[in-house]
Amino acid sequence: MTQMTDSALEDLPGKVIHDDVVAARAPWSHVVRRGQTLRIVDLEGNQAVDFLVYSLADDAERYSAQDTIAAQGNIFLRPGSVLRSNEGAPMMTLTATSVAWHDTIGGACSCESNTLRYGHHTKAQHACVDNFLLVGAPYGRTKRDMVSNVNWFMNVPVEADGALGIVDGISARGKHLDLRAEMDVVVAVSNCPQINNPCNGFNPTPVRMIIAA
Amino acid sequence: MPDPDTARPAGARDHARAMAGTRVEAMPTIPAAAGDRPGGVAPEAMVWDETVAAGGYAARILNRGARLRVVDLHGDASASMLVFNAERPVERLNVADTVKVQWNAYLGAGALLLSDMGRVMLSVLEDDTAGHDAFCGASNAASNARRYGDGFNHGAHPNARDRFTIVMAKLGLGRKDIHPCINLFKPVRIAEDGATLVDVGPFPLGRALTMRAEMDVIVVLANCPHVLDPRPAYVVTPVRALAWRGSVTPEDDPIRTSTPERLRAFQNTEDYYLR
Repeated sequence: MTQMTDSALEDLPGKVIHDDVVAARAPWSHVVRRGQTLRIVDLEGNQAVDFLVYSLADDAERYSAQDTIAAQGNIFLRPGSVLRSNEGAPMMTLTATSVAWHDTIGGACSCESNTLRYGHHTKAQHACVDNFLLVGAPYGRTKRDMVSNVNWFMNVPVEADGALGIVDGISARGKHLDLRAEMDVVVAVSNCPQINNPCNGFNPTPVRMIIAA
Repeated sequence: MPDPDTARPAGARDHARAMAGTRVEAMPTIPAAAGDRPGGVAPEAMVWDETVAAGGYAARILNRGARLRVVDLHGDASASMLVFNAERPVERLNVADTVKVQWNAYLGAGALLLSDMGRVMLSVLEDDTAGHDAFCGASNAASNARRYGDGFNHGAHPNARDRFTIVMAKLGLGRKDIHPCINLFKPVRIAEDGATLVDVGPFPLGRALTMRAEMDVIVVLANCPHVLDPRPAYVVTPVRALAWRGSVTPEDDPIRTSTPERLRAFQNTEDYYLR
C-alpha cells in the first residue's frame, strides 16, 4: 500500500484489517465480527453488489429481506437501516452511505430467471445465484440457503400500480456504504455479472471490500 | 357424552371413542366432501377440504393441474404461504423472481408464482380479494412478543415462522427451507417513498382466490395475524382450503400466453416434465 491518500478510506471507523478488490463478475465471502465495519466501494460506478449475510454461530439464521422491510416499514435501505435475520435479530446496520437508497426486493439474477426475463439465449451467461452457490459451498450451503438478498447500488422503484423494475442506477464512481456488524456474520457477495439490464450500466466492473476494526 | 370410568383402559377407550363425530369449524373433513365446493366440481374430484384455525397451519401436496381455492371465510384471515416442488423441494417459490419477472409486485388474477428455477408453480385463476403481500413476510416469535406480549407457539399468539418450522420438520425439511413467503388476504402497497402500506381490513366475508397447480407442489399455509397488523389484539379468523383435481394447462390458456415472460415460465415447467 502506498502512502498516498486513499479517498476510499476517508472516515473509516477503525483500522483496516482486510482490503480486497473483487473482480467484475466475481464472488466474495468473508467473516465480519460484531462491531467491525465492512465498507463497500463502487469503484467505477453503478455496479450492483448482491449481498447475503449468515450468522456465524447458526447458519440457519440469515438475512431476511422481508423481516428487514417489515421492521422498518419501507422497502428501501437508507442510512440507519438495520439488516434483520429471519429470526428478527439485527445482523448489520447501514451506518453510512453516499447513495440515497439501495434495493432489497429485486433478488439475485440466475441463469433460470434470465431465461424468463430475456430469453433462453441468456441461459449460459454468468449469474449471481451461481456465484452465491459457489462461494457458499465450502460452508456447506446449497440452494436451500438462497433467500431474497440485498442489492447494493441497485435501483428498483415500485410505482402506484405495482409496476416494478430494475432501472438506471443512482450510484456513481467512488460512492460507498458502511455496514457495522451487530453479530458475528459471514458475508457472501456476488459482484453482479448481469449484462441484460441497467443494474451494472450493462458493464460489470470491480468493487472494493474493506473491513475495519 | 357418557361418564365412563377412565381409571382403566377400557373406560378410557370408551371416553375417547365417545368424541367421534364431533364437528368444529376449524378441522379437516376426511374424505374431502366440501358441500360448499364451486359449481361444476364433482364431489369425487375433491382432494382437500380443510378449515384452518385462527393461528393454525396446514400443508398439502397437490398434483399438477389441481385447483386450490383459499377462502377468507370471515374477512380477517391472514395466510402466509410457502410453495415447494413436491418431487424436489429444493426448488421453491421465489418471491423476488415472481415480482421481478412479471414486472409487477401486486399479485392478483392472472399472476404466476414462480420458482427459483425459472418455472411456474401456481397460477392465479380467480381472485376477488383486496390483494396480497409479497414484501413483509412471516411473523415470528419476536414480532408477536412486541405486539401481543408473547409469541410462543404454545400460547395464545402463535407466529407464522414457528408454524412454518413445525411444518418443515414434518416434511423432513428444516429451518433453512423456510423461504420468503407471500401473505394472502392482507394487501401491502408501496408508497412513493418506499413505505409499506398494509390494509388489514376486515374485508367482506368469503372473498377467495383460486389457483392452479402448474407442477406437483407442496403448499404450506400459516394463518397468523399479519406482521404489520397494528391492532393490539391478536385478530385473525379461520381460512378455508379447498382443492380438486383438474386438467393440466393447455397451450392456448390465456394466462399462459398473456406475456412473453409468463409463456417462457410455462415452457420451462413443461420442459421439466418432458421425460
